[in-house]
Amino acid sequence: MDYYYKVGDLAKFGDITGEASEMGAKFFEYYAAVFKEGALTEREKSLIALAVAHTIQCPYCIDTYTQACLEKGSNLGEMTEAVHVAAAIRGGAALVHGIQMRNVAEKISM
Amino acid sequence: MVSEKAAVEAFPQFLNRRGLELVRAETTVLQINVGLLCNLTCRHCHLEAGPARHELMNMGVAQAVIDFTRRHVFRVIDITGGAPEMNPVLPHLIQSLSPLTTELILRSNLTLMADGGNDHILDLCTGRRVTIVCSFPSLHKGQFESQRGKDVFARVVAALRKLNSRGYGLPDTGLKLDLVSNPTGAFLAASQEQVEKKFRLELERNFGITFTNLYAFGNVPLGRFKQWLVQTGNYEGYMQKLISSFNPCALSGLMCRSLISVSWDGYLYDCDFNQAANIPLGGGKTHISKIEMVPAKGSFIGTGDHCYACTSGAGFT
Repeated sequence: MDYYYKVGDLAKFGDITGEASEMGAKFFEYYAAVFKEGALTEREKSLIALAVAHTIQCPYCIDTYTQACLEKGSNLGEMTEAVHVAAAIRGGAALVHGIQMRNVAEKISM
Repeated sequence: MVSEKAAVEAFPQFLNRRGLELVRAETTVLQINVGLLCNLTCRHCHLEAGPARHELMNMGVAQAVIDFTRRHVFRVIDITGGAPEMNPVLPHLIQSLSPLTTELILRSNLTLMADGGNDHILDLCTGRRVTIVCSFPSLHKGQFESQRGKDVFARVVAALRKLNSRGYGLPDTGLKLDLVSNPTGAFLAASQEQVEKKFRLELERNFGITFTNLYAFGNVPLGRFKQWLVQTGNYEGYMQKLISSFNPCALSGLMCRSLISVSWDGYLYDCDFNQAANIPLGGGKTHISKIEMVPAKGSFIGTGDHCYACTSGAGFT
């Protein structure tokens, strides 16, 4: 194995149930229920998933939810804004910890 | 990497394994392709229409089409191209066919309707209550123009406003203005209901445009779209996507069951896609001037790999 990620592996996702079928089946049942239309539409849920995929930087998820967003009727403008939401939250989370830096520095400084 | 090696099962065999078959129902729709000349070069065009194409239906063939529709009543007659406005026989066809059918449809890319150069055609359409159908792939200008060409978005928006100002797409005028949204790449069409809702809201809010119906159809792997799929390495993945989203319920409503398509030179096909794939109606080339009646119910329908596009998801009706 000379690389960690392989496109074809995404189609094998279901194989993960092999060694723990009960938990795997429950997970996929839950997963399918999550993405069904409820208070949020399937399109909105796919946009959230796309943003989260960028936050966790999962290439499988980015591939899957880019296609899902397009097939649920989102356009590139909306998808790019969703990624900016992820970037803002992720960047903001880093920056807000600057307050901790300031608190520590303040405590030990004259 | 150019690849077209997808091992696609023959469509009739695919249906047969599922206990299904595709045969003709009652023929109620006539689609007339008046030529491949077009002012645009859309990247999803299965007929590869464009400015360099010179195939145009002439008056003799047009008259044969009209004569045929006098012998057989079609509920719907659908004029397409190319850009039909570029064929001088179009006004004669509209005048002659509109009294012979319940609904006459003109498929237009609308760019030739925007600048006033074709107001005589627009006047004729308005007067004869011709339904106008236009492709509007995306609300995103960049994605729209990636499929239909640079600067086309603004011209189509201008034409839609002009059509609205004439009563097209407005309630209670009887002037239908329908949009068709095709995906702008190698992915499936979104839910028609959801797309229509979104387009209705945003076209009204952003441009003050209203329309009658919206249809969301997938792209068919033929012609220029197929070339793009192969050149970009998307062909195999797209075919797999179409096959894996096969919907047996879509079969009964397929347009090829109730439609015959006549090409610019007068030959007959089960649909516009079979015309692009050169699969003639009944297995042998038949000219419209030579047939007495439409194909009987239960008749054979020619198929190809492109049929997976019409049977995926909600289907292509």
